[in-house]
Amino acid sequence: MISLQELDTIGEIPQEEYVLKCTSACAGCSDSLALRYVLKAAGPDTVLVVPACCTSVIQGIYPNTAFNIPVYNIAFAAAAACASGMSNAFRATGKKTNVIVYAGDGGTLDIGIQSMSGAFERGTDFLYICYDNEAYGNTGMQRSGATPMGARTTTTPTGKIDAKKDIDAIIAAHNPPYMATAAAAYPQDLFKKVQKALTFRGPSFIHVLAPCPPGWRFSTEKTVEIGKLAVKSGMWILYEREFGKLTINPQSKAAMKRPVPLEEYLAPQGRFKGIDAKTFETLRQHLVKNIKKLSAEEAEE
Amino acid sequence: MKKIATGNKAVAEAVKQIQPAVIAAYPITPQTEIVEQIAEFVSSGELKSRYIPVESEHSAMAACIGASITGVRTFTATSSHGLLYMHEMTNWAAGARLPVVMANVNRSIGPGWNIWAEHTDAMQERDTGWLQVYVSTVQEAYDTTLMAFRIAEHNDVLLPVMVNLDGFSLSHIMQPLDTVETGDFLPPMYLPHAIDPKNPAGYGGLTGPEQHFKFRWDIERSMRDSVKIIDETEKDFANRFGRKYGFTEDYQCDDADVVIVSMGTLGKEAEVAIDMLRREGVRAGSMRLRWLRPFPKLNLKGKEIVVIDRDYSFGFGGVLAKSIQAQQKTDVFSVIAGLGGQEVTYEDIADFIRKRRIGEEFWFGVNDHV
Ligand SMILES: Cc1ncc(C[n+]2csc(CCOP(=O)(O)OP(=O)(O)O)c2C)c(N)n1
Ligand code: SF4
Ligand SMILES: [Mg+2]
Repeated sequence: MISLQELDTIGEIPQEEYVLKCTSACAGCSDSLALRYVLKAAGPDTVLVVPACCTSVIQGIYPNTAFNIPVYNIAFAAAAACASGMSNAFRATGKKTNVIVYAGDGGTLDIGIQSMSGAFERGTDFLYICYDNEAYGNTGMQRSGATPMGARTTTTPTGKIDAKKDIDAIIAAHNPPYMATAAAAYPQDLFKKVQKALTFRGPSFIHVLAPCPPGWRFSTEKTVEIGKLAVKSGMWILYEREFGKLTINPQSKAAMKRPVPLEEYLAPQGRFKGIDAKTFETLRQHLVKNIKKLSAEEAEE
Repeated sequence: MKKIATGNKAVAEAVKQIQPAVIAAYPITPQTEIVEQIAEFVSSGELKSRYIPVESEHSAMAACIGASITGVRTFTATSSHGLLYMHEMTNWAAGARLPVVMANVNRSIGPGWNIWAEHTDAMQERDTGWLQVYVSTVQEAYDTTLMAFRIAEHNDVLLPVMVNLDGFSLSHIMQPLDTVETGDFLPPMYLPHAIDPKNPAGYGGLTGPEQHFKFRWDIERSMRDSVKIIDETEKDFANRFGRKYGFTEDYQCDDADVVIVSMGTLGKEAEVAIDMLRREGVRAGSMRLRWLRPFPKLNLKGKEIVVIDRDYSFGFGGVLAKSIQAQQKTDVFSVIAGLGGQEVTYEDIADFIRKRRIGEEFWFGVNDHV
C-alpha cells in the first residue's frame, strides 16, 4: 500500500512522459521504470548517452524510437568518454543541456569501468546512472561483476562463486560532489536524487537497483515487491553522499535496525534456487558487514 | 609566417589555426609532441579549445564523437597501438557521419616494441569509412591538416579524415614551414544531424538489415562524392596559398617507361632516385600516392609499375601493390620495404627500379636482388 505522504510526492512529479508506451522492454522491467522517472526529473533539455545494454534495445527499431528525448547510442565501453566529449562541447558553446549516461552494470562495472573512471577523475560535468540488473541482460543474462554471489546466470549455471564488485566504493574513491544509491521500486526517491544530482557541477553518480523478471527468474508482477525486499532486507541500502558526507535514507535506516530475513528477499527469485548454506551464510555476513560499515561511516560524521 | 618546425609541430600549428571546440587525445610515441604542443597552446590561451586529457585512445575517439555530434569541430591525434585501440570507435565515427579530423603518426605494431615508421597501423583502418591521406613534408602535413577539416565537414562528405605522417622520418624532422591565415577558406561547420533537444531524435539504435544496408551505401556514395570535394578544396587552397596538391604527386611520369608508386616520406626519397636514374638514361618516374581513401584512378597506362609497400597483409601481399594490380589489371613488381623504420635510401629505391621483376614480390633486406 502506498502511503498518503508518498502520494503527495508523486503529485509533484511532472506528467510529461519521455519513455513512451511503445518500448520493447519485457513486462515488469525496472530498467524502463527507472528511466521513466530519471527523465521526468531531468526534463527536456537533456541528452541521454546509452552504451550497449537492454536500454539500447527497448528504444525500438530505427526509424522509430520509444524515447521522446535525444538519445545517443554508443559502443559498450565508451559511454562516459562519449558523454565527456558531449558535455565539454555543450559547455564550450554555452549550453546547459544535461548530459546523462544511462548504462547497465556491465557497461559500468566491467567493460566501461576505465572510461567511467577517467571521466570522473577529469571532473566531467555529467550525471552517470548505472541501472543494475546484476547481469548482462541484453545478451541473455550472463554473469557480470555486479552479479551477487550464489546467483545463477547463463554463465554461472550453478551459482556465481565470486562476490559482487563494490562499484560504489570505487566511485566514492573518485570523490564526486554527489553520489547516491536508489531503486526502481522507490521512484519518488529516485526522482528527487536525479533532480538533486543535476544541481551539482561536475560528475555525479546514481546506482539504481533494477530487478529483472526474466533474469532473476520471478514473475513480472513482483518487480516492485522484490525491489522493496532488497531494501527491507538490507541487501540494498539507499543513501546519498554529498561532498563525501553520507546520509542514509530513512527507509534503509529502519531496515538496517530490523531487517527482514534475507531468505524473504532470495526465496521468490529463481536465480537463488538451491543456494547452498555456506554461500547463503557468506551473503548474509556480507550484508551485516555492509550495514555496519555504512552505519559507522554515518555516525562518524 | 615562415618558421622551422617538425612534422608534429606543423600539425599542432594547423590545429591552432583551426581552433576546434574540443580536442581529446592520448599520448603515444611518436605522436606525443602533437599532444604536448596542443596542451601548451591551450594553456597559453593561443588555442581556445577544450582539451580533454582522456585516459585512452578508445575514449579519445569516443569523446570526439560525443562532441562532434553536437555540431562542433573536433580533433585528435594518435599512432600505432593507439589507433588500433580506438578501432571500434573509428568505425563508429564514420558510421555516425561525423567529420572528426585525426592525425596519425604512422608506426609499426608490436610485438616487439618498435616505434618507427610503418603504414600497417593506418592500413588496418582502411575499410572503416575514413578518408585517408599520406603526407611527405612538414609543409604538406600543415596544409593537409587544414584542408582535412574542410573536406570532412563538406555536407557532400561528412566523413572523418585521417592525416598520416611517417613516424620520426617526418614527425621529428625539421623543415621550413609557412603558416597561413585560413580566413573564409574554412566555412563555419554545419552538421545537419546535430543533436538538438528541441527536436529529439534517436541516434545509432537498433537498425534492421534494409536500413543498415542503406546507411552503408550512403557512406560509399559520400566517399565517391568526396573525390570532387577533395579536388575543389585542393584547388582553392592552391589559389589562395600557392601550394598545389593532388591525389598523387607525379614526378617525371609523363614520358616514363617505368613508374615507382609509394606513399609518405619514401615518395620523396623516390624523387631523388628518379633524378639519379634519369642521369643514367633510365626513363623512370615516381608517383607518390597521397589519398589512399578514396582510392584514386591512377594514370599508369602503358607503364611498367614498381610498388613500395610499407605494410603487409599476411597471406595476401603488399596492400598497395595488390590494389594497383587489381585497378590497372596488370602485374607489378611488389617491393616490401621500410617496415619497422628500416632504412631505405634513394640508392636502394633506384635498385628496386633497375632490378625490377614484374610479377614478383621482393622483401628488401630479406630477399636478395637477382
Ligand atoms: C565490445 C562489446 N562486447 C560485447 C558486446 C555484447 N554486449 C552487448 S550488451 C552486453 C551486456 C550488457 O550488460 P549490462 O551493461 O549489464 O546492461 P543490460 O543488458 O543488463 O541492461 C554485451 C555483453 C558489445 N556490444 N560490445
Ligand atoms: S531483460 Fe530485464 S532489464 Fe532487460 S528489458 Fe527485460 S526485464 Fe528489462
Ligand atoms: Mg545488466
